[in-house]
Amino acid sequence: MRRRLTLIAAAATLGLTLAGCGGAADKPAESAAPPAEATGKVGVFTWWADGSEKVGLDALTAVFTKDYPKLTFDNLAVAGGAGSQAKSVLAAQLKAGNPPDSFQAHAGAELQDYIDAEQLEDLSSFYTDNKLTEQFPKDLVDRLTVGGKIYSVPSNIHRANVVWANVEVLKKAGLDPTKPAENLEGWFADMDKIKATGKTPLSVAGSWTQVQLFENILLSSLGVDGYNGLWDGKTDWKGADVTKAIDAYKKALSYTNTDRDSLSDWAPATQLVQDGAAAYNVMGDWAEAKFAQDGDKAGVDYTYFPTPGTAGVFDFLADSFTLPVGAPNPDGAKAWLTTVGSAEGQSAFNKAKGSIPANITAKTDDFSEYQKSAIKDFSQDKIVSSLAHGAAVPVAWLNDLSTAVSKFGGDGNVAGLQDSAAAIAAKFAQ
Amino acid sequence: MFRRVKHWGPGLLLLAPTIILVGVFVYWLIFENFRVSLTNQHTAKPSNKYVGFENYTNLLADPNFQHSLWNLLILTVVFLSGTLIFGFLWAWILDKPAKGEGFFRAVYLFPMSVSFIASGVVWRWLLSSLQTDQPGGERTTGLNRLLDSVGLGFMQNDWWSNPTWGIAAIAVPAIWQLSGYVMALFLAGFRGIPEELREAARIDGCSEWKLYRYVIFPQLNPVMLSAVIIIGHMSLKLFDLIRAIVPDANTYDVQVPATMMWVKYIGSDYADAAAIGMILLVLVAIVVIPYLMYTSRAEKR
Repeated sequence: MRRRLTLIAAAATLGLTLAGCGGAADKPAESAAPPAEATGKVGVFTWWADGSEKVGLDALTAVFTKDYPKLTFDNLAVAGGAGSQAKSVLAAQLKAGNPPDSFQAHAGAELQDYIDAEQLEDLSSFYTDNKLTEQFPKDLVDRLTVGGKIYSVPSNIHRANVVWANVEVLKKAGLDPTKPAENLEGWFADMDKIKATGKTPLSVAGSWTQVQLFENILLSSLGVDGYNGLWDGKTDWKGADVTKAIDAYKKALSYTNTDRDSLSDWAPATQLVQDGAAAYNVMGDWAEAKFAQDGDKAGVDYTYFPTPGTAGVFDFLADSFTLPVGAPNPDGAKAWLTTVGSAEGQSAFNKAKGSIPANITAKTDDFSEYQKSAIKDFSQDKIVSSLAHGAAVPVAWLNDLSTAVSKFGGDGNVAGLQDSAAAIAAKFAQ
Repeated sequence: MFRRVKHWGPGLLLLAPTIILVGVFVYWLIFENFRVSLTNQHTAKPSNKYVGFENYTNLLADPNFQHSLWNLLILTVVFLSGTLIFGFLWAWILDKPAKGEGFFRAVYLFPMSVSFIASGVVWRWLLSSLQTDQPGGERTTGLNRLLDSVGLGFMQNDWWSNPTWGIAAIAVPAIWQLSGYVMALFLAGFRGIPEELREAARIDGCSEWKLYRYVIFPQLNPVMLSAVIIIGHMSLKLFDLIRAIVPDANTYDVQVPATMMWVKYIGSDYADAAAIGMILLVLVAIVVIPYLMYTSRAEKR
C-alpha cells in the first residue's frame, strides 16, 4: 500500500512537471490573413523605457495605431542597463516558449544567438513583399543577412564613434572647438591642456561605456581593417600594434573621472560635459537627443566630431525588430514590422530618438543638424560594427571582454588585458 | 491493513501538497540546474551534450572566478566580524540597566526593515569614489564629502572602486543593516542567563572580566553560532545589495560568484551560470548542514 501511494505521489509530481514544460505551443507563424486584417493585441518587447528612447517609441506607436486601428499596441518595455535587464527577461521568456509578438535586438552578431537558437522566423519573404530590400542601404542588408536569410527589420542606425565636447571648457583651455585633433596623440595633447585648467578632460561611466571607449581607441589606433580583423581572426590580439592601442587606452583612462564606476549609466557621464565639469565624452549619438532635450545648442553649448583618428569611419549599430517563433499574434507582429520598416514610421521614430533612419526613403528634412550630418556620413563612410553594442561579436564574447576591460580599469595591466583578450578571442573564434 | 492507512493516511494527505510543491519547485529544479551545469550549453543555441564536470574544472581554473571566490571570502570575513562586534557591543551596552533601552533597541533594529535594494541605492551615493583632492573634486558627494567637511579629509578613499579591497566596502552597508539583528540575538542570549549565576560568581569573588570570560561567554556560544550561520549564509548569497550599489553587474572589482552567475546568465552561458549556482549551493550547504545536524541533535537531547 505504501508503495502504491508513493507511486501516486510520483505520478502527480510528474504530471505537474509535464504541465510546466508543455507551455510552448508551436503556432504556425505563416498565416493567410494580410497584416491589415489583423486584430487583437501586439506585444512589443523593448528596453526603451525612458528618456529619448521612450519618446521615440511613443512616436512610432502613434504611427502604428494610425496605420492599424484594429490592433492594440501592448508596450512590454523593461528598463535598465543598456538593455541588459531586458535581455535576461527576454531570454527567460524565450526559453519558456512564451515569446512576445516582436522584440528589439541589436542587428549583427547579437542577433546570431537568437538565430542559432532557432527562436526567430525568416523574414525574407516579408522583405520581398514589402520591397524593403531596395529601401535599406545595401551595406546594412548585407549585415542583416545570415545564410541568405533576413531575420529582422532595422528601425534606426546609431553611430558609436562620436566625441561630444563642451565648447566653453575647450575655449578656456585655449582650444578651437571647430578644429578637433586629427589623431590620438593630438587629442591627448589637448587633454593635457584641459587638465591644466582643472577640469576633467574625458568623462566615462561604468563598464559598458568603458568598453565603448576601448572600442573607439582600438578603431582609431588599428584602423578599419585592423579593427575588423580583431573579430574575424585576421588581426593578432597579441601583436605589437594591439599593445600600442591598449597603451593608448590606458592613457585615455588616466584622463577620465575617477568615479567612473559609480556613474549609473551613460547619461551622467554626458551630463558632466553638459555641466562643464568635463570636456569630452565618447558616446553613441543617442547623446544628441539628450543635448536636444536639455535645450543645448550645437556649436554654441556643445560640439561633436568623430573620435580623433576615426574620421571617415562610421562605427555602426542598429536596433531591429524580429518575429519570434511561436509569437501569439504573428499577423499583428507583421503589421508592427511593416510600420517599423516604413518611411513614415522611421521618420517619426528617428526624429525623436536622435538616430538616423535605416529606410533611405524616409523624410529627414526637419531632422537636427547632427542627424543630417550622420545621414551624409553613413552614405559615404566606411562602415564597421560596434563592439560594445553587440554588432561585432556575440553576447558571450562581449561579456568576457567586458570583464577584462573592467578589470583593466582597476589594475591597468596592459599585458594582462592583451593576454585575456587574446584568450577570449581564441575561445570564441573556434 | 485499512486501520493502518487510517493511522497515517490523513497525515500524509495533509502533507502531500507541500511535499509535491517543494519536490518540484525546489529539489527537481536543483536537479535540473545540476543537469544543465553538466552540459555544454554556453550559448542561446539549445545544446544537451554532456561534458561531465568540465564546466566546474574550467570555472575553478578561471582566474576571474578565483578572484570572485577571493572577494567572497573577504566579504564574508568583514561582514561577519563587523556584525558580530557591533551586535555584541550594542547588546552589551543595552544589557546594563539603563534608561531608553527600548528606544535604542528600535533604533539599532530599524535598518533591518529596509530592503537591500532600497538601502543600496542610498549607499551607492554615500560610497561615491570621487575624492575632494582629485580632478573634478568639487563634485564629491557622500561619505567622502562628509569626511572632508569634518576635517577628516585624509580618511577619504575610493570605497568599492578599489581593485583589491573594494568588496570590503560593500560589507559596510551590510554591517549597518544587520548588526541590529545580531544585537537582538545577543540581547536574548544575555537575558537568558539567570541573574543568580552572576550573583553567585560575584559572591565567589569573581572580577567583572572573569565573570564574562567564565560565566557569560560560554552560555552565549549557541547564540554566537546562530549568528555566524545566519550572517554567513546571507553573505555567501549576497547579490541584491551589490547589484543596487554597483551600477554595472560586470564590474570586476566587486565580482562575487552570485553576480558572476548573473553576468553569465545574461550572456546566455546557461551551463556556466548553472555550475556557479551549484558551487554556491555547495558553499552554503557546507555552512548550514552542520548547523542543522547540530540543532537536531540538541533537540533530541
